Amino acid sequence: MGSWATVAPAITSAFLASLVEVVEAFTVVLAVSTIRGYRPAVLGSLAGLVLLGLLVVVLGPILNRVPLNLLQIVIGILLLLFGMRWLRTAILRAASIISLRDEQLKFVQTTASLKDDALAHQARLDWLAGITAFKAVVLEGLEVVFIVIAIGAGHGLLIPASLGALAAFVLVLIAGIAVRRPLARVPENTLKFGVGLMLTAFGVFWTGEGLGVNWPGSDLAILGFVIVFLLIAVSSVAFARRLVTEIAK
Amino acid sequence: MKTLLAILREIAGLFVDDGSLAFAILGVVAVAAFLAFVLKTSALAVGLVLLAGCAAVLIENVIRTAQRN
Repeated sequence: MGSWATVAPAITSAFLASLVEVVEAFTVVLAVSTIRGYRPAVLGSLAGLVLLGLLVVVLGPILNRVPLNLLQIVIGILLLLFGMRWLRTAILRAASIISLRDEQLKFVQTTASLKDDALAHQARLDWLAGITAFKAVVLEGLEVVFIVIAIGAGHGLLIPASLGALAAFVLVLIAGIAVRRPLARVPENTLKFGVGLMLTAFGVFWTGEGLGVNWPGSDLAILGFVIVFLLIAVSSVAFARRLVTEIAK
Repeated sequence: MKTLLAILREIAGLFVDDGSLAFAILGVVAVAAFLAFVLKTSALAVGLVLLAGCAAVLIENVIRTAQRN
């Protein structure tokens, strides 16, 4: 396992990124349980979790057979694609260029869609509700699995990253069961901003290592990259806001 | 089948939202790899190209999107 300079960002990134994904999945599962009760929601979610578990069991051993340099390059590139996509979205949302995600709205949309299905397919509604919950858990869960593998593989950080993701899952489950409403107050864009920064920093670090770069300061370089991208992102938000205001005038 | 397609589409969407951003990131990595493996440039220079390239790609994409919207 690496030093705290890599372990702490790994746990934090996995926790925060998973928090975003689990909140999104919870909104859909909650909508399903509101319309059709807990049975299809729980069964669909459990089926999704089983599928994700199988994927991890199958993918884990394969990853161990890939040469470290190749693994670092592939995962580094995937982290860059994933992290910079989140960072770009977070910057554009912070600059009010694209709209923020609204969990309450998503809940209303999913509920309405299930009600429409209820009219069209009354007999199969439990099945459709279960599939909706299953799909949400698999889609959002796949992102969590990727994040955990991307952060953890290649640096012996799979366990800390998994613990971060598990903590997010437990937290959302407890909060969700307590309030029984979409967790709309979770500051999703701020989380995406922070996670996008960390994943991009990890992506630069690992792609570089895969290409043979010995970064000055070793693992500490990751923190340096986080600061560099933070400055760039904050400046980009301010610049984009000004640009949009000027164009509007 | 529809569910499977939706899942596959979502997996692709994990990495590619704005195609030009993904393409530019891959371009930066390709240039860095060319410097490292073909031209055998110093490792630090490769690292700097990678870092500066990613930063430049992000800034350019945000500015272009802001102008478009």
